[in-house]
Amino acid sequence: MRKSIIVTIAALGILGTGLLLGQDITSWIRSTGGKPALAVIDFRSAGSQAYMGAFNSTLFNDLQNSALFDMKAKSLFPLNNPQRPEDLRPTDGGAGFALADWAGAPVNASHLVFGYLAEQNGVLALYGNVDDTRQSDSQSAKLLAQRYAGTPDQAGAIHLAHEFATDIIKQFGGSGSLLGSRIYFVSNRTSKKNNSDIWVMDWDGNNQQQLTNTNALTIMPAISPDGSRLAYTSYATGTPNVNVLDTVTKRTVPFYNQQASLNANISFTPDGKSVYYVSTASGQPQIYFAGIDGRGFRRISFRDAIEAEPKVNPVNPGLLLFVSGPGPQQIYQMSSEGVGVQKVSNGEGEASNPSWNPDGKHIAFSWTRGYATGNWNVFVMDAGTHEYVQLTHSEGRNENPVWAPDGKHLVFMSNRSGTEQIYTMLADGTQVQQLTSKGANRFPVWGVK
Amino acid sequence: MKMSLPIKSSHLTFPNRRTLTPALLVLTPLLMVFASACGGKKTGITPPPATSQAPTNNSTPSAGRPVISEFIAEPSSVERGQSAILRWTVTGATGVAIDHGIGTVPVTGTQRLAAATATTTYTLTATGPGGDASATATLTVTAPVPPPPPTTTTSTTGTIDERVQRELHDALFDYDSNSIRADARAVLSADAEALKRILADFPRAAIIVEGHCDERGSAEYNLGLGDRRSTAARDYLTQLGVPADRLKTVSYGKERPTCTEASEGCWQQNRRAHFSVGQ
Repeated sequence: MRKSIIVTIAALGILGTGLLLGQDITSWIRSTGGKPALAVIDFRSAGSQAYMGAFNSTLFNDLQNSALFDMKAKSLFPLNNPQRPEDLRPTDGGAGFALADWAGAPVNASHLVFGYLAEQNGVLALYGNVDDTRQSDSQSAKLLAQRYAGTPDQAGAIHLAHEFATDIIKQFGGSGSLLGSRIYFVSNRTSKKNNSDIWVMDWDGNNQQQLTNTNALTIMPAISPDGSRLAYTSYATGTPNVNVLDTVTKRTVPFYNQQASLNANISFTPDGKSVYYVSTASGQPQIYFAGIDGRGFRRISFRDAIEAEPKVNPVNPGLLLFVSGPGPQQIYQMSSEGVGVQKVSNGEGEASNPSWNPDGKHIAFSWTRGYATGNWNVFVMDAGTHEYVQLTHSEGRNENPVWAPDGKHLVFMSNRSGTEQIYTMLADGTQVQQLTSKGANRFPVWGVK
Repeated sequence: MKMSLPIKSSHLTFPNRRTLTPALLVLTPLLMVFASACGGKKTGITPPPATSQAPTNNSTPSAGRPVISEFIAEPSSVERGQSAILRWTVTGATGVAIDHGIGTVPVTGTQRLAAATATTTYTLTATGPGGDASATATLTVTAPVPPPPPTTTTSTTGTIDERVQRELHDALFDYDSNSIRADARAVLSADAEALKRILADFPRAAIIVEGHCDERGSAEYNLGLGDRRSTAARDYLTQLGVPADRLKTVSYGKERPTCTEASEGCWQQNRRAHFSVGQ
């Protein structure tokens, strides 16, 4: 089966690289070559250049952060940078108006990203192009030629760059975009008396906003697949209970909590209509299934152990991961009806915080393997083969890895700076970015909006 | 022969009387109204009974009767154990006697009353050829100001928060375990006795048994582990007779450490069942 996929991918050529990423993330993480090599010119505007710095850096960063591309250094670019398809000619002697000038040394790009912006009738227009530099015929070279419109200000310019980058990523088989995605997390930066609240920020760390004002300990958020509902564990009543919030209205949505000392650790099903959570209604921390409003709850685990973190597979809702004992905590799987319990982690150290990749095949998780108890690192595992890759290497504690909607980035919590902060990285462990710095920030989850 | 009324009643000089007087002035008419209302149509005021200090000799003097011109206690009020004297002056008597074991005394004189123990009303009886006369004098004995109670460290004072903090101690646990260790059994046994006292003194209060963990396990798993610890401690206490309906449990996982260093000494302090007052 795998052989036939690879043959198909080979036939698709460069376009197949993106598909491969979706098919086998473990090999993608381990491979460094084979990525499309992008040369992205500095776009200019026919009018004011005021927003062009923001536009160009946004476009470059989005493409680089997608992890799909080998981004070529602008310092190597030839003198002539085409802005319109009409600028291109069959040869230019290495000066830049020929695609061949970009394909060869020193740029060695497989694709050229070019275009320009212009303000027309109060609208900022972007003319964006992507050409394959190795095609001699200008028509067959054309991969993308698209006009975009936005508001004539900096926000409009940044939005245009995001849109264009998203289309380029899709063109190369990227499974999704980070555009508009947001990271929800817990922060104590404005909370008093050891309490905390839920915050939200753009996926790049901009625009950090407080979402709840609970005056209580508030932890462990979960975001529904469509980003419309946020669930979390709150001590507002004295004991931990599940609360649900509408992310648009920011109002509380009713959720029925069982009579128990603890209702917590909630997560949503892929269709967003049901939840799994942990309750001590039986006297033991056990996993329950319930409707989105908490009604119709049903206990599905019956082991004499602490059970935590139920996480349903986004592609196969019949498969559930969870964390449990007895003995050092490990990641297990079982059916959504609670049968067929099997250990997923191999028993070394302690393993926790499983997060499904949107492909339903790969798991990011925290593991103390190779380190003292409590020294967590982020790993990615193939759920089928149990092959794993270590992404952090004991730079402090690294916990709660959660996949981005693009399936290529992870957000996680680390105390490597001395305090607990939120970071993102590519799923190969590179491009680590610190997103927060005020107060202690924990429990990140990545929503599509 | 008529006699005057020189007898000083100790009651008249009792210091408390001054503070009572205004209240009585207000209360008396009220009580009268109340009494008359209760008594229906009766409007007459019942006269007060004759005071016991009034001499019992006839107000109409007759020849040959003795006259008691003075019979007092000096001072009229003493603290218990202090002494006082009785002083009297009688004329026209053939014999004078005072009760309470004093017996026959001269017609004029004093009698020391040593180490008074209780308020006593003395009666002087004068006998004359034409009849008897008597008078009373009261020595009021007040209790001395009691000494303060001995300073105590017994735990029956303070708010419930102070007592919970002072009298109840954390039960500690092994890593990733909710088993009650031998040292925790000893702590919880003492906690059980203290809890019974506190709950008896605060009959409407509830005590929260908090379960806590060290920072090493995952936050999510530790929430469950903390619940197991609080439940284990609660169950142990109820077996020792602490009323179950007065204990509540809550897990804080690793969210509320009491110590924040990354060392076993600190982690051990955090792996605990801790007590707080319910809201």
